[in-house]
Amino acid sequence: MSVTVRLPGALRDAAGGKTKLEATGGTLRDVIADVDRRHPGFRGRIVDESGRLRTYVNVYVGDEDVRTHGGVDAAVPDGAEVMIIPAMAGGR
Amino acid sequence: MTLSAALVRERVRGTILERIGDTPLVRLRRIDAGLRGELWAKLESANPGGSLKDRAGLWMVMAAEVEGRIGKDSVVLDATSGNTGVALAMVCAVRGHRCALVMPDKVSSERRRIARAFGAEVMLSDPLEGTDGAIREARRLAASDPRYVYVDQYSNRANPLAHEHTTGPEIWSQTAGRVTHVVAGVGTSGTVGGISAALRPKGVRVVAVQPDDPLHGIEGWKHMPTALRPAIWDERVADVHMVQGTEEALAMTRRLAREEGIFSGPSGGGAVAAAVRVAREESGRIVVLIADGGERYLGTTLWE
Repeated sequence: MSVTVRLPGALRDAAGGKTKLEATGGTLRDVIADVDRRHPGFRGRIVDESGRLRTYVNVYVGDEDVRTHGGVDAAVPDGAEVMIIPAMAGGR
Repeated sequence: MTLSAALVRERVRGTILERIGDTPLVRLRRIDAGLRGELWAKLESANPGGSLKDRAGLWMVMAAEVEGRIGKDSVVLDATSGNTGVALAMVCAVRGHRCALVMPDKVSSERRRIARAFGAEVMLSDPLEGTDGAIREARRLAASDPRYVYVDQYSNRANPLAHEHTTGPEIWSQTAGRVTHVVAGVGTSGTVGGISAALRPKGVRVVAVQPDDPLHGIEGWKHMPTALRPAIWDERVADVHMVQGTEEALAMTRRLAREEGIFSGPSGGGAVAAAVRVAREESGRIVVLIADGGERYLGTTLWE
């Protein structure tokens, strides 16, 4: 199960300077864990201590906001694109 | 013709825009209990467009008018994640100008809808690029079509000027000159720069607060070390620079609602959380800017 993860510029430092990377996993939780194995600390930027998505992070699988599809339990189909974006923006 | 508070007042007389400014200043009696300093919140959600940005939006459009930059085919343009867009759209509606805004896609949608309600055209930029992507798109549009009057809140001197001539003097008069500190978040830096120009010469200490991480949830604030640097930003306007984490900002936003009855957005909570740290160490009358109201975040998980 290979998926593409796209990151905002604000998360570039958490993934070795990359904003696009390949990962594996059948759920969002697995995909985040896979990226975290290669880039330790990544998970903590996306989810809080209780394992839920941080308030200010939105994640889309394809065009779907995962908050309406089970949060970190959302299914990620093979070949899907996972987009992680800031829910709020700086500088108004 | 130079822009002045008297000129702006004259131009907006008899319209909703006359209600921009003169916002309430309220003591935070529960949150400042036991602290050395008193905390006072300036409630910018009381502006007709619902945020602090009404002041800069009004002054930037007035400046463009006075400079003769707005003709009958002109379209006032800016990049904004929201509150400035709402302000510009409202001001343009009253002044009879067309307005176009570039906002990052997939950010909280309330402000986008409000701007559209005021008749503005909203164009969406790459969500992965955030506000900086919106700025680059606005620059591209402005360079491609001379009808656009790009007000550029990040570079426009009328932005801090609005706060120098309205917010700062209001704080001074509402505290009868007893204000000792002003605490405000940094986004474009217009607020902190303008208030500094008005109040620092009177001995007031200015505290500027930034988010602690490039990926943060304090809407409207900028993580300067990693963001496109606003041309109007000058670190020297502040006596103290602080950083603020999002989780603590959101927790304080909820406290403001439950303990003080103030329904604020995340940046107000962030500014108050920073001000509490100041008030633990220093006595005096500490004024905090609450930039907008909590209604604009009902579509986020802030209140769940």
